[in-house]
Amino acid sequence: MADWIFDALLSGTLVWVAWRALAATDLFKSVVIFIAFGLLMSLAWVRLSAPDIALAEAAIGAGLTGVLLLDAIGHLRNRNRPERTEE
Amino acid sequence: MNASVRIRTAWAHRLVAAAAFAFALSLVAVMFDMPIAASKLSAQVMASLPQSGVDHPVTAVLLNFRSYDTLLEIGVLLLAVFGALASFDTPAAAAACVASTANPLLGSLVRALVPLMLLVAAYLLWAGSHRPGGAFQAGAVLAAAGVLLRLAGMVPTFLPPNVLRRAALLAGFVIFLAVGLGALVTGRALLEYPREWAGSLILLIEAALMISIGWILVSLFMAAPSPVIEENENT
Repeated sequence: MADWIFDALLSGTLVWVAWRALAATDLFKSVVIFIAFGLLMSLAWVRLSAPDIALAEAAIGAGLTGVLLLDAIGHLRNRNRPERTEE
Repeated sequence: MNASVRIRTAWAHRLVAAAAFAFALSLVAVMFDMPIAASKLSAQVMASLPQSGVDHPVTAVLLNFRSYDTLLEIGVLLLAVFGALASFDTPAAAAACVASTANPLLGSLVRALVPLMLLVAAYLLWAGSHRPGGAFQAGAVLAAAGVLLRLAGMVPTFLPPNVLRRAALLAGFVIFLAVGLGALVTGRALLEYPREWAGSLILLIEAALMISIGWILVSLFMAAPSPVIEENENT
């Protein structure tokens, strides 16, 4: 029973967090939510008894992809700085 | 006129969303309709596990039964990093290269974390033979350590490629391929390891893969020109 409640909460949160990541207007916020999504997703892989994929998801999906996306945002901000008044 | 266009695009959005939802629902329906796989793959894997040289089924599949796929995966990663490095402006990066730790707290944190991360990477590599772990996860942890070092400004933002760094990029693919071709030369199928050596060969390949994956991921990160300098001016 507790398992069912946890799984339901986890999958509900996953969908909600995914939606928030897509719907956020601020790119930085969006990336942070995406990282949270990756961590929750790795939890989901653990629940599906696939710890190998969970490890890879946590390290690559949440960690490195998040860093690369944050890096990309840094570049976008630098490029857009002259037109900052528009933001 | 403008308002009507807006209403029309809003309707188009709703239509697309409804179509996507219907598609997703039909995919779910198909999933429920699919017969359970006729071949008992997991039973087959477990049955041939003693021959594979490792005790963990996932590692056995990745590095032995389906090692060709893993070889191609590291090949794809290598191609990606070649592309990234080829489109990379080396002289400009070398000119803009800085190494500075602005924040003492960050510096000491990274000094404490990086040795731990190296230890975790080595453990993951070793653990791969009998429990979840393996070269890809270990390589990702190594890469994370490298990225952390760079973000903290403790290594230069750009390291010019030299023989050692190029060798680190290539090691995984080359050693994997060498082992595979070695099997071919000694009269076996490609990537068919001699049974008594399988465990050590897999560990050798995984160690090389870990170094290559770690360095490839760090290189992909470094190949992006650093925005750090401009941001320092900002703050």
